Amino acid sequence: MSKNLVVRFAGEGGQGVVGGAELMASAAAAGGYHVLTFSTFPSQIKGGPAWGQARISSEEILTPGDYLDVLVCQNRYAYDANLPDLREGGLVIYNSEEFELPDNSRALGLPADRMAREAGNPLASTIILIGAVAKMAGVSVEALEAFITKRWSRGRPGDEKIVSGNITALQMGVEEAAKTGLQLEDLDPAPTHDRPRIMIRGYEAAAIGAIAGGVEAFIGYPISPATTMLTYMEANLVGKDRFVGQASSEIESITALIGSGYAGKVTMTSTSGPGLSLMGEGLGLAWMAEIPLVVANVQRGGPATGLPTKTEQSDLIVAMNPGHGDMSVPVIAPGSLEEAFWGAIAAINWSERYQGPVLLLSEAAIAERAQDVPMPDLSQVRVERRQVSQGEQGNRRYAGDGVTPFPVPGGAGAYVANGSEHDEQGDTTHLPDIHVTMTNRRFKKLEVLNDGTFEAERTEAETIVLPWGGSKGSARAAWNELTAEGVDIGWCYTMFINPLPADLLTALQGKRVLVPELNYLGQFAAHLRSKGVNAEAITQYTGLPFKVADLKAEIRQRLA
Amino acid sequence: MAKRNPLYDFKWCPGCGDFGVKVALEQALVGRMAERNESIENTVIVAGIGCSGNMVHMMEGPQPFGIHGIHGRALPIAYGIKSARPDLNVVVVAGDGDFLSIGAEHIGPQARRNLDITAVIMDNGIYGLTKGQASPTTEMNVVTSTTRFGKLDDKLNPFLFYLGAGVPYLRSQLSSRVKDLASDIKEAMEYPGFSIVHVQSPCTTYNDTYSLLKGDAKKGIEPLAYPLGDDHNAEDITAAANLVRDRRIPIGMIYRHEGEPVAAHQRLADAKERANIEQASVEQLLTAMTIA
Repeated sequence: MSKNLVVRFAGEGGQGVVGGAELMASAAAAGGYHVLTFSTFPSQIKGGPAWGQARISSEEILTPGDYLDVLVCQNRYAYDANLPDLREGGLVIYNSEEFELPDNSRALGLPADRMAREAGNPLASTIILIGAVAKMAGVSVEALEAFITKRWSRGRPGDEKIVSGNITALQMGVEEAAKTGLQLEDLDPAPTHDRPRIMIRGYEAAAIGAIAGGVEAFIGYPISPATTMLTYMEANLVGKDRFVGQASSEIESITALIGSGYAGKVTMTSTSGPGLSLMGEGLGLAWMAEIPLVVANVQRGGPATGLPTKTEQSDLIVAMNPGHGDMSVPVIAPGSLEEAFWGAIAAINWSERYQGPVLLLSEAAIAERAQDVPMPDLSQVRVERRQVSQGEQGNRRYAGDGVTPFPVPGGAGAYVANGSEHDEQGDTTHLPDIHVTMTNRRFKKLEVLNDGTFEAERTEAETIVLPWGGSKGSARAAWNELTAEGVDIGWCYTMFINPLPADLLTALQGKRVLVPELNYLGQFAAHLRSKGVNAEAITQYTGLPFKVADLKAEIRQRLA
Repeated sequence: MAKRNPLYDFKWCPGCGDFGVKVALEQALVGRMAERNESIENTVIVAGIGCSGNMVHMMEGPQPFGIHGIHGRALPIAYGIKSARPDLNVVVVAGDGDFLSIGAEHIGPQARRNLDITAVIMDNGIYGLTKGQASPTTEMNVVTSTTRFGKLDDKLNPFLFYLGAGVPYLRSQLSSRVKDLASDIKEAMEYPGFSIVHVQSPCTTYNDTYSLLKGDAKKGIEPLAYPLGDDHNAEDITAAANLVRDRRIPIGMIYRHEGEPVAAHQRLADAKERANIEQASVEQLLTAMTIA
């Protein structure tokens, strides 16, 4: 019996390879398994190399999986490019209409498109392939049939025909695979669950988290891989006093958010690297004028247009310092889908509490991942709102050396929210002592963001692994295996990147800290070093997540 | 706000056109308050960057809310305020550099949304605060500190630009005609959509155009500005475009989109009503994803 099945559908964009992996994952999740998906595709609608991967397991899943048990490929290029990721003993299913393999001892050629056409159901070729995968990997075909029946029973007239057509397609794949006799170890039975689970994507988790945190206005501009959050909000943030708008650029969206936040609303946008660059000056205004707002930045490869659909963690420096001048924007970087939900709530709470901009720093691999997670315990949701001025301090909005009550237009306390250096009532002034007073005020406000939590295990070890964001999963898997193998190494993690939890910094004093991160510069390691931590980065910049085996090898080498 | 604020030290140059605009805006707001029995705090002044942007600090009398943001972005800030709070009266104050150069990209989107705000544009045909560089509305061949051999670019025709961008309400005025300007601004604030009051507001230090605008009989200068006659049909966009194609500057109501316009926030309210959508609870949103 096997605990894991990793299957990759590879081909061209538009061939349903991402959809195939997600369908497989959804079906397995419905059968009780843990699942996690990962996909990578070019920045085009049709064509170009693309693949979707589903990991299915009887245990909790931390990563998409280093190596494949089954590779499904639609063309010769997909076969050649992905074969290095197939594990020893793994199986291949390929589109025999496109190419033939000379050696079929570990492979099955299937003319899935033709079979689907001949069966009168041309859309079902992916299901034929899934049937073949299921048979080869010992996944319960009955569970898949139940999933298909449920998925396509939507109360429409043609449902029955679609369901039966798809079940027929599934059986065709199963039969073809059975003929070959090729068989992996059966997958362990699915685990039982004591809490209800949901199948959710990263952007949905962050968007619903934001709704739980009370977001009222969402204004964004389409950009991969952050558009999904905008479209989710457009469909779901509705009703009285709620507003979703498509801006004409990221410059317009950030400045519109400032207007909305200034007018008293809880506001948010989503963007990715190029958009964040354009928002730099606006974020400076939000910092300077003390306007609460949240920017969810879904990192992709950079700089410039970079790798629009790939994953990277190279926006940390710009997230903390998105514009010119003295500022330090708070950053929360979720490392899992559950953290995407809770992190979005925390980002809103932080922005409202300290009255300024907060970066929710996500990344493509988190935003697009679909995974089963336990239903969040909504009784734990705590929502904070800015302290609103009742007019008693008149128009002295910026008086005092910390967070002060926020006057809302329409009520008492008229003032000027000013991006120029200003005095207590917001009038421009360039006097040296006022710039000192106001700069100190703005930085002192960060002190109220002191409730960031962190994980710490075996911190008595000399060396500690401390990943951030989406590298958490791979790093944790590597750490689990290394410690099981007897390596003495500690673990720390936080999604509260700036400001870092004070107790975490204390725990790291005198330690050697290894920081796995997906960028060239070692940005988080540099941030830690600026806080007095002896941190060194383990970097990768391929546009793909870390493989656990690679990380383990690198950590072992650093310890040697 | 700067009323009796000893720390605020910005001054406009003597004779600056913006003084007249300031008084007109104050009068328009006081008039609106009295007429609608509305508090001054219901108004937000959104300022661009430049001499004109200091308006928000210079205003005397009852003090509205203000926001003095970053260069060129007064319009999208106003978009955010108005979409959040349609009940607020939002007025943008900006100059030709802020509004028509760095911020020009924001005019079309607000026009297409029909964002219900009023923009009062102080056009002095120069960058004043940075000491006299060419702006989009500086005449061709004019020598400035960035056009030592004469400006090579054509002058932007702001009126044609506005009409082309779909601005539904457009007035032209002189800063020296304070009473008329006050009534223009007040009327524009009543318009349920995106209204622009484009004001010739000369810069006495770097581009003194008073005599060009008003004419000077002694020097034989014909006035550039002239009052619009009753024969102009402001609801006819072709007539409006033909009118402003001339080098001379008509003063008055240049264009008003015919019929009753529907403002951006009303479009949103109508759309939501049509769809009759209720906000789902967080629990409902999550439960919809339950794995059965």
